[in-house]
Amino acid sequence: MKAWTFGDNLDTDLIAPGRYMKFGIAEIARHCLESVDPSFAVSVRPGDVLVAGQNLGAGSSREQAPEALKHLGVAALVAESFAGLFYRNAINLGLPAVLCPRAKRIRNGDELSLDLEGGTISDLSTGERLDCEPIPAFLMQIIRDGGLVPHLEKRLRCATTS
Amino acid sequence: MKQTLAQKLVARAAGTPGVTPGEIVTCKVDLAMVHDSSGPRRLKPMLERLGAKVWDPSRLVVVTDHYVPGYDEESRKILRIAREWVREAGVERFHDAEGICHVVLPEKGYLRPGMFAVGGDSHSPTGGAFAAYMFGIGATEMLGVVVTGEIWLKVPHTIAMHFDGELAPGVCAKDVMLFLIGRFGLDGGQYQAVEYRGAAIRKLGMQERMTLCNMTAELGGQTGLIASDQTTEEYLGCELEIWDSDPGAGVLAEHRFQAEDIAPHVAAPHSPANSRPVSEFSDKLDLAYIGACTGAKLADLRMAARVLRQKKSRIPLLVAPASRRDQEIAEREGTMRVLLDAGAELLPTSCGMCAGYGERLLADGAVAISTTARNFKGRMGAPSSQVYLASPYTVAASAVAGRITDPREVLP
Repeated sequence: MKAWTFGDNLDTDLIAPGRYMKFGIAEIARHCLESVDPSFAVSVRPGDVLVAGQNLGAGSSREQAPEALKHLGVAALVAESFAGLFYRNAINLGLPAVLCPRAKRIRNGDELSLDLEGGTISDLSTGERLDCEPIPAFLMQIIRDGGLVPHLEKRLRCATTS
Repeated sequence: MKQTLAQKLVARAAGTPGVTPGEIVTCKVDLAMVHDSSGPRRLKPMLERLGAKVWDPSRLVVVTDHYVPGYDEESRKILRIAREWVREAGVERFHDAEGICHVVLPEKGYLRPGMFAVGGDSHSPTGGAFAAYMFGIGATEMLGVVVTGEIWLKVPHTIAMHFDGELAPGVCAKDVMLFLIGRFGLDGGQYQAVEYRGAAIRKLGMQERMTLCNMTAELGGQTGLIASDQTTEEYLGCELEIWDSDPGAGVLAEHRFQAEDIAPHVAAPHSPANSRPVSEFSDKLDLAYIGACTGAKLADLRMAARVLRQKKSRIPLLVAPASRRDQEIAEREGTMRVLLDAGAELLPTSCGMCAGYGERLLADGAVAISTTARNFKGRMGAPSSQVYLASPYTVAASAVAGRITDPREVLP
């Protein structure tokens, strides 16, 4: 899992620019973060991790922001803090969002290993272990189910069969 | 136990006598609002996948505002989906191209003090001006609400912003918010409830209060709240139970300000948090924009007209009124005439340029001043464009001068 690092207040207009919002997620994802790092959308690989500073996902309610990252294969988001709406959106799409107070210790390109339930990130490039806030159990369940839609699907199915 | 307004609203929705900040509760939703971008086009396929129906169509409001009027194949398709879906789903509260959702909602009288509401748009805290707990959620979370009628919430702490006195002439709610965001940052609200209090807030009309709660999104609060009072009742045209914080209820922080001390503020590119008093700016401009739920309500159009009366804009001035009703009133009373005589070009009532939608976007390198809420890089057009955020007074004064100007120098 390779780390892609960004700064504070990385906003949803940068992640999913408004002028592409009328299109489907593949087109939006192609322009993901292009104003900050044009190489991101072409070079990010499935399993990579986006690492940011404070207030990741500031701005809009558009869930195409975390959805575009997920579409590109980003496996998890790590930040010192998240904008609340973006955090909820990420979880609802089954994209783990991990609060890590010392996220800025991670360097661009570092190899990471994440333990979501245990609440630790291992930076394999530096050998450092960073503590994270464990994701609350009821949200972890949504992530494990693959997002809120499959989670609801399961809930409705179980309600009908019981 | 003493409770804040936020706690009271959440407790009511959670069906318990009281709640504690930090506690996770499930709330029943009184009203859900979606627009054409976040709504039917995203909900419909997910509802079909689940084989589920809207829990209570009478509690759902659908507004088209992002892609109206349709300007290409994609936008027309998005609008068509919205129009067809409301019929299928049995949604009667459908408002097609009548204005921006956050302005239409109170116009139609859908918001009441004491309500718990969600909106599929980040500026949904606007509803908090009516002492309703309202916040923005994404489309998938909205699906959850639409199927179950419920949503989870971490009970917020309250951050109180207390303003004594009265705002000075030429200074308005937009300046208050740019001042606060400059002071506390984009995450100053910490995703908690921000409550605006004090004599200066009580003196504001409902649309100015809406601007405060609206830009709580940029301050990083989950919602912005203002206790209901006589002004709320007069706007809604009925006597209502008063919803307010108990005196002495615990808050995370209370910040006190003297309203007279606040100057007009301008936020430089590319963040609302880059805000400083207008006196520190004199940048040359290519374009002025008066638009959006934040900055083109009737109260905003009137502020711009006070500055622009018998003056001409030196640069292209675009005006996109926030709702059709507000535009009609502005036309009847002569406010629109003043703007048009000043050289304004009237754009459709829609979110438009504010969010990078529609045909009119900022060109490469364009420098604009805008009454909207966000100036993130590339939001309103080309990534190389530069957007300054300011109040309707300041945008109008700057349009006349062709550079950023303190409206207090030109207001009659």
